[in-house]
Amino acid sequence: MSIMSYLGAIGAAQREAMEADERVVIVGEDVEANVYGTTGGGKSRSSEGDFLQLFGRNRIRNTPISEEGIVGIAAGAAMTGLRPIVDLSYSSFLYMAMDQFVNQVAKNRYMFGGQASMPVVFRSAMFYGLNTGAHHSDRPYPMFMNVPGLKIIAPASPEDAKGLLRAAIDSDDPVLTFEAVKLWGLKGEVGDDPFRIPLGVARTVREGTDVTLVAISGSVPDACAAADRLAEEGVSVEVIDPRTLVPLDTAAILTSVARTGRLVVVEPAHRTCGAAAEISALVAEEVFDALKAPIVRLTAPDMQIPFSPSLEQQMYPTRDGIVAALRRVTGLAPA
Amino acid sequence: MRTDLPTSTLLEMQRRMTRIRRFEERAAKMVKRGLIPGTVHTSIGQEAQVVGSCMALDDDDYMTGNHRSHGHPIGKGSPLGPLMAELVGKATGVCRGKGGSLHLADFSVGSLGESGIVGSSIPIATGSAFASKLLGRPRVSLAFFGDGAANQGVLYEAMNMAGVWKLPAIFLCENNQYALSTPAHTVTSGNIFERAAGFGIPGVRVDDGQDVIAVYDAVKTAADRARAGEGPCLVEVMTYRFNEHSEGLRIDNYRDKEQIDEWLSRDPLDRLAGRLRDRGITDEQLKELDAEVMEEVDRAVEFANESPYPEPSVAFEDLYTDEVTAV
Ligand SMILES: Cc1ncc(C[n+]2csc(CCOP(=O)(O)OP(=O)(O)O)c2C)c(N)n1
Repeated sequence: MSIMSYLGAIGAAQREAMEADERVVIVGEDVEANVYGTTGGGKSRSSEGDFLQLFGRNRIRNTPISEEGIVGIAAGAAMTGLRPIVDLSYSSFLYMAMDQFVNQVAKNRYMFGGQASMPVVFRSAMFYGLNTGAHHSDRPYPMFMNVPGLKIIAPASPEDAKGLLRAAIDSDDPVLTFEAVKLWGLKGEVGDDPFRIPLGVARTVREGTDVTLVAISGSVPDACAAADRLAEEGVSVEVIDPRTLVPLDTAAILTSVARTGRLVVVEPAHRTCGAAAEISALVAEEVFDALKAPIVRLTAPDMQIPFSPSLEQQMYPTRDGIVAALRRVTGLAPA
Repeated sequence: MRTDLPTSTLLEMQRRMTRIRRFEERAAKMVKRGLIPGTVHTSIGQEAQVVGSCMALDDDDYMTGNHRSHGHPIGKGSPLGPLMAELVGKATGVCRGKGGSLHLADFSVGSLGESGIVGSSIPIATGSAFASKLLGRPRVSLAFFGDGAANQGVLYEAMNMAGVWKLPAIFLCENNQYALSTPAHTVTSGNIFERAAGFGIPGVRVDDGQDVIAVYDAVKTAADRARAGEGPCLVEVMTYRFNEHSEGLRIDNYRDKEQIDEWLSRDPLDRLAGRLRDRGITDEQLKELDAEVMEEVDRAVEFANESPYPEPSVAFEDLYTDEVTAV
């Protein structure tokens, strides 16, 4: 075990995967210079662990700013023998490649009757909450959950960042990974050995009996803090981080809600058709009878993200908001 | 410069062009009679461009097609039965009935799939060239696309990457001069082949795209170059489709009869037949070749008709390589 940052864990997973399999290559804008911190030891070419030194320019490949082309080329390469990891940096740039994601990456295996598999990982980071304005603050994972054929992960701890990424690289299907930048610096214990966390298995971050709190991506730390606060008041909150959104561990969520009878879902994406909407609907369909209170969703509103810190702050669910929701569903008077 | 191809190669070209012609004529008929669901776009008239390109490639070279692409896997050597079964939507189809006319793929001949989204398969072929280069395989990848698709931005992203990385890729524009009803010159600034210059890669135009050998020569030159590690080329082939944009679509106000007749008089099958006669192949032999192909098409249709439809459960297979369980 080592103490590692979330970003360090991603770098470690990438290095392990590249060492283990020559077909694994990293392509993306500015990956050679390690601009985003996952392809090297530091920002200096002489740093130990520099990917370009370790693997050479064939396997660490700077691309032009051509997102649609990059995604399509990675798909074609994956269909014919490589296992690319594509670094798309900001999640907002995924929109540039919507045709390739939806019409090629997600559909090809199906349309061609299983003749091709598509072992490719697309990494992108959600820079929300950092005053980067509407063009760089997106949390677009729900749109991609709506596209059959893609697998989607959203790790929220360093351990998960490493283990899920290794599993994603192993997967013969296309996997999109969404990282919340505010988690990048988060430190935690991470296994030094190569390990994988299977896709489709949720993490129960803390066990509880009174209410199920499902939290996604950057919402997880706030959810845990809110659960701590409720614990002081004698309410036992079970926090579940699905960590893979497709496939979604519906059993973990449904079993928990069947036991607690209450559900709060919290996530940083927009409200309409978000992951919280999907999870709420699932619970309403499957374990409605167990519910003792209406489901509560905490999401961003259906608004674009404003620049000014004073405006942006109110856009995402807050710790206080989660506490208030937990109080509401458990029948506690507001504090 | 003309390659002096052996007569056997010319005969194989004629055979493949005839296969495409007869296969598509039959498919068009079947659409009319309601035996093929959905839409079908034939490349009748463009056979020289398809076969000349495909035969300039090696068997295990890759290619991607577009929406007008029954001919491309045929040109690459696919058997006709599974292709026809796919058009009909049968379980024995090359894509198990999941693809249909717009999305044929036959990986066994290097056909990585076609695309109903105009221009969208171009980076797929480019990516396969990237994989070949990194894996040290001597394979070339060719992306077919139309003059309409040539105005999609992704072509230029792909050409740029292929150029800067010296990928073994060929970008092949099948310029049949119309995108549905829109004449190319009304939506395309400058010459398509000249756009290659902006990427520092060769761009050539085959003015007589009804001459299969002219197409073969241009693509062979591009393929040899690509295989030698010298990078990609853009090849534009001037050609013409004899039928409507798609079967059943009747808009006849954008091409005049003289133009159509003039192109009909330069039928690529007749052109090569003339050459074969010069080489001593008799009319009798040519007729026999045609009859053999007709029989092949008959057998393909029979195979398609006799094949079962896919079980309904097949609709839920092939999305992922492993099973993703829902509740
Ligand atoms: C992205 C996209 N836009 C529009 C269409 C509708 N469409 C199908 S074929 C076609 C014309 C394409 O022309 P071209 O690329 O020249 O190929 P051709 O049909 O002439 O072979 C159009 C507009 C489409 N399929 N995909």
